[in-house]
Amino acid sequence: MKIDAIKNGIVIDHIAAGCGMQLYHMLGLDKLDCSVAIIKNAPSLKMGKKDIIKIDSNIDVNLDIVSFISPEATVNIIKDEVCVEKRKTELPQRLVNIIKCKNPRCITTIEQEITQEFVLTDRKKREYRCMYCDTKASI
Amino acid sequence: MRNLINILDLSVEEIDELINVADDILDNPEKYYDVCKHKILATLFYEPSTRTRLSFESAMLSLGGQVLGFSEASSSSASKGESVADTIAIVSGYADIIAMRHPKEGAPLVAARHARVPIINAGDGGHYHPTQTLADLMTIRHEMGRFENLTVGLCGDLKFGRTVHSLIEAMSRYEGVKFVLISPEELKLPSFVKNDYIKEKKIPYVQSTSLDEVIGDLDILYMTRVQRERFFNEEDYLRLKDSYILTTEKMKLARYNMIVMHPLPRVNEISTAVDDDPRACYFRQTYYGKLMRMALIMKLLDLKVGKD
Repeated sequence: MKIDAIKNGIVIDHIAAGCGMQLYHMLGLDKLDCSVAIIKNAPSLKMGKKDIIKIDSNIDVNLDIVSFISPEATVNIIKDEVCVEKRKTELPQRLVNIIKCKNPRCITTIEQEITQEFVLTDRKKREYRCMYCDTKASI
Repeated sequence: MRNLINILDLSVEEIDELINVADDILDNPEKYYDVCKHKILATLFYEPSTRTRLSFESAMLSLGGQVLGFSEASSSSASKGESVADTIAIVSGYADIIAMRHPKEGAPLVAARHARVPIINAGDGGHYHPTQTLADLMTIRHEMGRFENLTVGLCGDLKFGRTVHSLIEAMSRYEGVKFVLISPEELKLPSFVKNDYIKEKKIPYVQSTSLDEVIGDLDILYMTRVQRERFFNEEDYLRLKDSYILTTEKMKLARYNMIVMHPLPRVNEISTAVDDDPRACYFRQTYYGKLMRMALIMKLLDLKVGKD
C-alpha cells in the first residue's frame, strides 16, 4: 500500500499496532481540516506490525498523549519532504487533562472545573494512578 | 503549611512525636487547656459520622479552642451545588484549621489545594482515614509498648475496610512486623495493598479463613465488621458470619497479652461479653483517637505548650 509522502507536517511512527485509531481520537486529529492518514498494521522490522499517522500540517502534538498510548512511538517533523526533527517520547511523570478517572466515587466526577491528574506510579508497568483517589488509569 | 491527607504524609518520627505529645496530654491534660485559645476548628462533614466529628470537636474544645461546621451535606451550601473548592476558600477565612469528611475520594486533596489553612482528612469515601490510623497506632504503642516485632492479625472485611489498608501501610514501616490476614475468600485483602505494602517489602504474612486457627499466634487482633451487603448471596453470608464473631470462647485461645482493637462502630462481630476482658481495648482506642487528634491539631497549627 502506498501513501504519498507529506510536504510539511508530522509523521507519528512506530505506534504499537492497534493503537493508531485511539491516538487519532485522543490527539483530536478528527477535528483537523488537513489530510490525515492512519496506516494500520504496517510491516515493521523492529515491531513486526505497527501503526503510522501522517498529518499534513505542522500542528502541536501533545507528546504526553503519544507517550501514554504508545511509548515506543516517534514524532517526526517534516519540512519540504525532509525529516528535520525526530522527537522521541518518554512516559510523562504526570498526565494532566488527558484521561478521566473512571472511579464513580472519585471527587473528579462531581467537582466543577477540576483538573484530571494522573501520576506515574510504576514506570515498568506503565501504571498511572489518579492523584485524587489512587484508582489505576484505564482508557 | 501542612495538611494530613494520607497517613504516609507523616514520617515514623513524626508519628512518634505525636504519640509523645498525646501521652503527655493523657498524663497532664491541664497543661493543654489553653493551647488553642482563640483558634477555631471547622468540622466540614459532608456525610454523617458522629463519632469522628465529636472526637475532633472534643479534641479542639479540650485545647481551649472553638468549633464550627456542619454535620451533613444537606445542611451546607453543597446542597445548593457549591464546589468543595469554593466552600474551602470561604471557610479558610472563618477557621484556623479544617477537618473534613466527604463521601467522594480525593475531596480533601482538592480542599488542600484551595485552602489557606491546614486540612485534616477525616475520611474520604473508602479511600483514607488517617486520624483513625493515628488512633490505632497510639493504641498499639500504648498497649504493647512498641511497634516492632508484632504479629498483627486483621480480621473480617479486608477488602473494603479502609482502616485495615491504612493500618497495613503504616505498620509496614516498622521492623519485624508480621501480618495475619483473616477473612472469607470474598473479602480478602486487595492485591494492590498486598503487593505494595506486604510483598514488596518482603513482610511475612499468613492468610487464613479461620480465626480460631490463628488467634493464638497474634499480638494484636484488629477486628472489622463483615457486612451482609458485601456478599453475593445470603447463603455465603450466613455460612461465614459466625466464624468472624469474637466471643469469650475464642478469647480463651488467644495469648494473655493479645489486644483486641476495632475501629467501631461494631454491630455483632465482637460479643459484648468480651468488653469486660482487659485485652479488649476498642473503647480506650477511641479515647486515644481524641488525644492524637489534639496532638495533630497542635502540630498542624504549629502550637506547643508554653509557646505564644
